[in-house]
Amino acid sequence: MNENTADNKSTSSINKSRPQLPKSPTGIQGLDEITGGGLPAGRPTLVCGSAGCGKTLLAMEFLVRGATEFDEPGVFMAFEETTKDLIQNVASLGFDLTVLIADKKILLDFVYIERSEIEETGEYDLEGLFIRLGYAIDSIGAKRVVLDTIESLFAGLPNPFILRAELRRLFRWLKEKGVTAIITGERGNETLTRQGLEEYISDCVIMLDNRVTSQDSTRRLRIVKYRGSTHGTNEYPFLIDENGFSILPITSLGLQHSISYERVSTGVPRLDTMLDNKGYFRGSTVLVYGTAGTGKSSLAAQFAESACLRGERVLYFSFEESPAQIMRNMRSIGIDLQSCMESGLLKFHANRTTFSGLETHLATMHREINRFKPQIVIVDPLSSLHIEGKGAEVKAVLMRLVDFLKTNQITGFFTSLATSNAALPEIFSTQDITSLIDTCLVVRSVESGGERNRILSILKSRGMTHSNQIREFILTTHGIELCDVYVGSEGVLTGSARVVQEAKKVAIALLHQQTTEYKQRELENKRSILNAKIATLEAEFAIQQAEDEKIIEQEMAQVQQLELDRLRMEKVREADAVPNIILGD
Amino acid sequence: MALQSTDVDENDDSTVWLLRLYVAGSGAKSLAAFANLKKICEECKAGHYQIEVIDLLENPHLAFEDNIVAIPTLLRKVPEPIRKIIGDLSNTERTLIGLDLLLKNGSNTW
Repeated sequence: MNENTADNKSTSSINKSRPQLPKSPTGIQGLDEITGGGLPAGRPTLVCGSAGCGKTLLAMEFLVRGATEFDEPGVFMAFEETTKDLIQNVASLGFDLTVLIADKKILLDFVYIERSEIEETGEYDLEGLFIRLGYAIDSIGAKRVVLDTIESLFAGLPNPFILRAELRRLFRWLKEKGVTAIITGERGNETLTRQGLEEYISDCVIMLDNRVTSQDSTRRLRIVKYRGSTHGTNEYPFLIDENGFSILPITSLGLQHSISYERVSTGVPRLDTMLDNKGYFRGSTVLVYGTAGTGKSSLAAQFAESACLRGERVLYFSFEESPAQIMRNMRSIGIDLQSCMESGLLKFHANRTTFSGLETHLATMHREINRFKPQIVIVDPLSSLHIEGKGAEVKAVLMRLVDFLKTNQITGFFTSLATSNAALPEIFSTQDITSLIDTCLVVRSVESGGERNRILSILKSRGMTHSNQIREFILTTHGIELCDVYVGSEGVLTGSARVVQEAKKVAIALLHQQTTEYKQRELENKRSILNAKIATLEAEFAIQQAEDEKIIEQEMAQVQQLELDRLRMEKVREADAVPNIILGD
Repeated sequence: MALQSTDVDENDDSTVWLLRLYVAGSGAKSLAAFANLKKICEECKAGHYQIEVIDLLENPHLAFEDNIVAIPTLLRKVPEPIRKIIGDLSNTERTLIGLDLLLKNGSNTW
C-alpha cells in the first residue's frame, strides 16, 4: 500500500485505462486496504462518531503517519483539547509529537472559544480562522489538515447561519488549497453529525462506532461513502492500542487464495501415518474436537513443538490457560515449549475471552499475526469464543480468521471443547463450523472396565487418503503416542482391557503352539511304534524263514537218503531196472 | 435605550483603554467596525482610549498568537479582564455590554 504515496497523480496518469481517484495513504493498518489506497487526496474527509470512539486518534495518526512515513507535514487544529493535552494523549499511542513539532512536521493549533467571553455585535465572518489556518499550512508546507472538532464553533459562536455559510466556504477553501483534510464531527441524533456537516463534506465520510453488546464493547469503522472510488462497505472492527489504530478488513476475497501441496508433520508419527503418511497440508485448517481432558491442548502443543524444532514460527492464542501453566503442563508429557519460546519461535498471546468482544478478539488476532508473521497459528480453545457470541457470529468470525490465515498460507490449528461425548461437534450443530475446517480430528474418552481412556479418529481430512481407524491416544512422559485398539464383542477395547486382550492373544498363540508340538510328538511316537512293529515282524519272519528252510533242507536230505538207500538195496538184490513197478508196490 | 458611561470604577476615567481591532483587509465589515468603535469610544471614553487596528492579512501569525477566529474581533486589553467582542459593532447595545460600559445597576439590561 505504500506504493500509493505522495505522487498519486503520476500513478493515476500512468493508469490511464481506468483513471483512479488520487489517494493519500493514511498509513493506518487496514484503513488503506478498505479505502483502496487512502483518503481522497486534496479533499476533505468527514470522520464522525459518538464521543470516545477514537475520532481524534484516527485523525492524529493520519497526520503523524503522513509526517513520518510519507513526508507530508500536517496541521492539527484542535477546538476541544489543548495542545498540551493532545501531546500527552497521543504519547500513549507511541507518537512523540514534541519532536515532530520541533522538526516542523506537525503544527498544533488550539482554537479556544469561550461563549461567555464573546459578545456578538453584528456581522462577522471566519476570515480569522482562514488566515490562521492558511498561515499554519504555509509555515510548514502542510499537505494534511485536521479540524477536530470544528462543530464546537457552534457552541462558541452565535448565529449558526453565518457559521454554516462560513464552514461551507472553509471546505471549499480547503479543496482549493489542495490539502487532504480530516474533519471530525460528533454524531447527531438522526444525522451523521450534529450540525449536518455531511451536507458540506461529501467526498468521503467515515463513521466510527463503539457499540456495547452483552457488556463487551467493540469498536467498528464504516465507510459511509467515498465519492469516485470503490470501497469496502462493511463495518470493520478496529483496535486502538499502544501502536495506534489497526483496522481489520473483513476478508471478502472470493476464495481465491493459493493452495499448497506441502505437508507439515503433526508431531505425532502415527498420526502422520494416519494422514496419508505425511501430516496436515500447509495452509490448511485443523480442528481438534473433544470433551474435557481428552488431550486437545496436548495435540496442539505437540504440533507447536515439532514446528518450532523445524524452525517455523508459531503463534499460540490461549483463551483459558496462562503461558506459564501451559508450559508446565506440557513439560509433564515431555513437550518442551519453554525453549521454543526462548528461541523466539513460539509466542503466546493469552487473554480471557471475556476481556473483549468477539470482533475485538478477531482484530487482536489479526494484528498479532501481522506482527509476528507465524507459519502456524494455534487457537486454544476456539469454543470459548462461543460463550461470547451466538453461533452465527462465531462462524462469521471464524470464517474471516480462516480466510485470513489461508491467504497468508498459515496453518491454523484450533481446539474445540465438546460438551458431550458425541462424535460430531454438536455445539455448532446449527452453525456447523466443520465446513470451514479441512482436517477434523475427534478425540473422545471411553469409559469401560472401570477406567477412562482416550481415543482419536479422523472425522475428515480434505485432499488426502486418511485412515478410517480409531486409535487409542496415550499421553506418555515422552509425548503423545497412538496405539491400535481392539474391537471385541463389548465394543472398542482400550487401556487395560486392551492390555488384557493383548495378553489373551499371547496365551492363545502359546496354546496353539503347544498343541502343534504335541501333535507332532504324537505322530513321531506312532511312527516309532510302527517301525518297531515292522522290525519285530521282520525278525519273526526271519526266524520262521530259517526254521522253514531248515525243515526243507532236512526233507530234501531225507529224500536223497531214501534214494541212496533204494539204490543200495537194488544193488544188493541185483534186480532188473524196473524201478517203477517196485516203486508202485 | 439611554447610553450611560459606567461609574462602577472611580478610576475608570483616568484609565486609558487599550483596544485592539482585528480586521482582514479593508473590506466593508472592517471599515464599519472601525467607524462604529470610534463612535462609541468618543461618546463614552473620549480622550481615554487607544485603538490599534491589526490587519491579519499583513500579520497572519497574530491570528494564531492571539487566538482569533472571527473577523472583525475587538479585544479590550486594558483594563483587565480582557474582553472579546466579535462582529462589526453595529449593535451598539451589545457592544457596550461586551465592553462593560453599560451600568450594571439601574440598567434594564440586567
